[in-house]
Amino acid sequence: MAPLLELDSITKQFPGVLANDHISLTLEHGEIHALLGENGAGKTTLMNILYGLYHPDEGKILVRGKEVRISSPDQAIHLGIGMVHQHFMLIPPFTVTENVMLGEEKLKNGVFLDRAAVAERIRAISEQYGLQVDPELRIRDLSVGAQQRVEIVKILYRQADILILDEPTAVLTPEEVEDLFRIIRGLVKRGVSIIFISHKLKEVMAIADRITVLRGGRVVGTTRPAETNSAALARMMVGREVILTVDKKPAEPGDVVLDVENLQVLNDRKQVAVDGVSFQVRAGEILGIAGVQGNGQTELVEALTGLRGITGGRTRILGKETTKATPRQILETGVAHVPEDRQRDGLVLSFPVADNLVLNTYYLPPIATGIVMHRGPILAEAEELVERFDIRTPSVEVPAANLSGGNQQKVIVAREFSRPIKLLIASQPTRGLDVGSIEYIHRQLVERRDNGCAVLLVSPELDEIMSLSDRIAVMYRGKIMDILPAEKATREQVGLLMAGVSA
Amino acid sequence: MAVMSRIGEKVAPLSRQRALGIFYAVVGFLILILFSRDVQAGDLATLGLNTPRSIEWVKLPDLVLPVLPTVWVLGLITIGLGSYQALRGFQKTGWLLGVVSLAFLSTFLVWAARAGSFSLIGILSASLQLATPILLGALSGVLCERAGVVNIAIEGMMLGAAFTSVLVANVTGDIMLGLAAALATGALLAAWHAVMAIEFKMDQIISGTVINIFATGLTNFLNQRVMQVYQNLNNEMTFPYISQVFPDLAKIPIVGPLLFDQTPIVWLALILLVVIQVALFRTRWGLRTRAVGEHPRAADTLGINVFRVRYTNVILGGMVAGLGGAYFTLGSVGRFDKQMTNGRGFIALAAMIFGNWTPVGSFASSLIFGFTDALQVKLQILIGKVNIPSEFLLMLPYIVTMVVLAGVVGRVMMPAADGQPYKKQ
Ligand SMILES: Nc1ncnc2c1ncn2[C@@H]1O[C@H](COP(=O)(O)OP(=O)(O)O)[C@@H](O)[C@H]1O
Ligand SMILES: [Mg+2]
Repeated sequence: MAPLLELDSITKQFPGVLANDHISLTLEHGEIHALLGENGAGKTTLMNILYGLYHPDEGKILVRGKEVRISSPDQAIHLGIGMVHQHFMLIPPFTVTENVMLGEEKLKNGVFLDRAAVAERIRAISEQYGLQVDPELRIRDLSVGAQQRVEIVKILYRQADILILDEPTAVLTPEEVEDLFRIIRGLVKRGVSIIFISHKLKEVMAIADRITVLRGGRVVGTTRPAETNSAALARMMVGREVILTVDKKPAEPGDVVLDVENLQVLNDRKQVAVDGVSFQVRAGEILGIAGVQGNGQTELVEALTGLRGITGGRTRILGKETTKATPRQILETGVAHVPEDRQRDGLVLSFPVADNLVLNTYYLPPIATGIVMHRGPILAEAEELVERFDIRTPSVEVPAANLSGGNQQKVIVAREFSRPIKLLIASQPTRGLDVGSIEYIHRQLVERRDNGCAVLLVSPELDEIMSLSDRIAVMYRGKIMDILPAEKATREQVGLLMAGVSA
Repeated sequence: MAVMSRIGEKVAPLSRQRALGIFYAVVGFLILILFSRDVQAGDLATLGLNTPRSIEWVKLPDLVLPVLPTVWVLGLITIGLGSYQALRGFQKTGWLLGVVSLAFLSTFLVWAARAGSFSLIGILSASLQLATPILLGALSGVLCERAGVVNIAIEGMMLGAAFTSVLVANVTGDIMLGLAAALATGALLAAWHAVMAIEFKMDQIISGTVINIFATGLTNFLNQRVMQVYQNLNNEMTFPYISQVFPDLAKIPIVGPLLFDQTPIVWLALILLVVIQVALFRTRWGLRTRAVGEHPRAADTLGINVFRVRYTNVILGGMVAGLGGAYFTLGSVGRFDKQMTNGRGFIALAAMIFGNWTPVGSFASSLIFGFTDALQVKLQILIGKVNIPSEFLLMLPYIVTMVVLAGVVGRVMMPAADGQPYKKQ
């Protein structure tokens, strides 16, 4: 029998980038085929071609043995192909029902939307595949995990049997990832075939039947989980030996740099998000804050960096009161901040890379005298940072939006680390990054620590916390459950604390 | 997922609903204070239920109200409702705003008519009439902006349509062709805007401004060079009022003069209001329109042609604005006058925004604007007795709409992709 789907020698050239270089790939019936590759490897491009959003320069696509031309999404949908995009394609103010029916509306009397009938279908699908989706709710009220399930329902509603999941786990908590895997296995049992895109080795090893590795727009190879291991996959993906563990010397803690006392902070809904938190971070140590997302970490970091008001308690940096300080005052005491959402809070995407690199010093000489900024020094500074931090960009004049996620993060790191800093607050610094970039960022963090900087690392990735921290604080419902020395902490112990169970 | 950000609920801020209750109570006190000034005990207010025209059909007795008791009753009711809202809170609060505004306006009218008389039906009928072009403009805005195209060229479209409607009606001698010309002019200018905004991804404010300037300049020029020179091209051409065609309808008390002693364009506007409201929220077209205005890329991935939806809506919007333009001429004075739309296209945009991008909301705010317009005229007649600064009264509708926006509606629901050109990848 012919494979369900066959991509033959697909090539796609973007200005300056050969995103897909003669990529061939097959998907068998009932298979989970993982597409593994670093950011920028060309995975999304390939899938967008399959889904009719891009047109390939070369190559052909066969579905069920027949050659097809897919020039728009509705043709892809027609062929039974559905795609959950990396950035969800849901309309926040619409209900689940409206999102699902959009483009394939059911009508009554030939004119009016039949919401009830669609809601019924959604309930049936949701029941059948264990998706737990309430058709009446609005998207903006749903958690990210629930939104993803809506995306899957959208595809099942259209009776697709080829499901593309583009980096589905990037936005999920560990529990949600487990849920998703359960759903994926259920789908396969009912005859859906899946292309699973990821850059996370563990996940790919756990879920895939076959793995195709892409690098720089080319297929490096196809293998099976049983025939390979994480190290080998990482090597294929990055193209060189990768050190998966961070090696670091024991910490030599010095003076207290950040002192947080009984801190209380409200979230946007004016509810208590950080509830009487106290801790200290010393020079030369990394304090990791573990916890499932949404337990007050975001608000904590915003309060520490002056972005959010403090309603109780106090913060001191290097002995100086900073409870009411503005972000600039805090920054000028020697604090660097790597924000959680780099695209929203870390960069001005439409500004050139160069301008983004001087966002925290733009008002100081030699970049500015008085109110006048000087282009020359900005560019010189930027060129130097691009060189030093190995930022891959065609030039410092292109908008930051054009860079890959990893390189955007490097821009932030370069900007924040290039000053003499005493305290580094890094919030999910490796979110959505590829192995190479993660490795790089981790090395940078440890290097800062070794240079006597105090580091506060906030991350929902337990592995990251465990491998980098000298001490581990676990946050749950706005409180610090406990602070453990890293060498004594076990995964299980921290995991339990993250779920609110104290030892 | 068990742990979402709903953590502690310890800090309960003064809620918006509570603040709203306090505001309403304050309005109640204002009623008592403002409208008991200069009132003699025993003053009677006569509110007429006839218009000069409607007296010919059926004469209703006037509504005679004692001023002070009315002020006290309505004022105290308002304070009561406001206090209850502040202390306990009603489940639904939309009606409350309606009741409070109504109480305020009623007491104001009773007070203004103290020891005198005042045609209530006359002012309501004039309000509806004056609200019509604003409503049409706002509906045009809703059609465009719900699909994600900002249209500030409504003013220009109305003006252009007003001009061509008179010209074509006079040249052909057929008023229906005049109306068709108005729709065509609106559509044409809208198509221009659409090409600029959708195809060439030009800044939509600039494109709209260009159309406004173009329409103003060209109609001024042609008015001077054509209409003034060949006066018989600018003869009065108007649709007959419904009361003239169906005299019996006009004889219904109150409703007759209010709804049927009007140009048919008022009715077209009301029908369009209902049709667009229903279509926007209950049909496939509406769902797709809103999807394109909120998140065009998502719509695109579901096989919806974003460009086609936007073109269709902008051009439909242009036609509705064209109808609004025809109101000024064929529906009202019958002749073209330079810059006769007089900023109504912009007021319409405000009405659309105050109405939260919904047809029904736009209608409500158009009525408020129309009522103010009508009141202004009446106030000049009553000016001696109304010795609160008229500027303050004129501010009132804006204050009310701001409260509606801040309090009742809560959040402005502007389409997320409004004004953003869509680029296919
Ligand atoms: N629309 C586009 N225009 C220009 N370059 C693009 C576009 N989309 C992707 N690219 C480039 O193509 C390469 C592959 O990108 P992508 O397919 O998104 O990678 P992945 O999904 O594997 O991270 C990257 O270098 C990216 O910058
Ligand atoms: Mg991608």
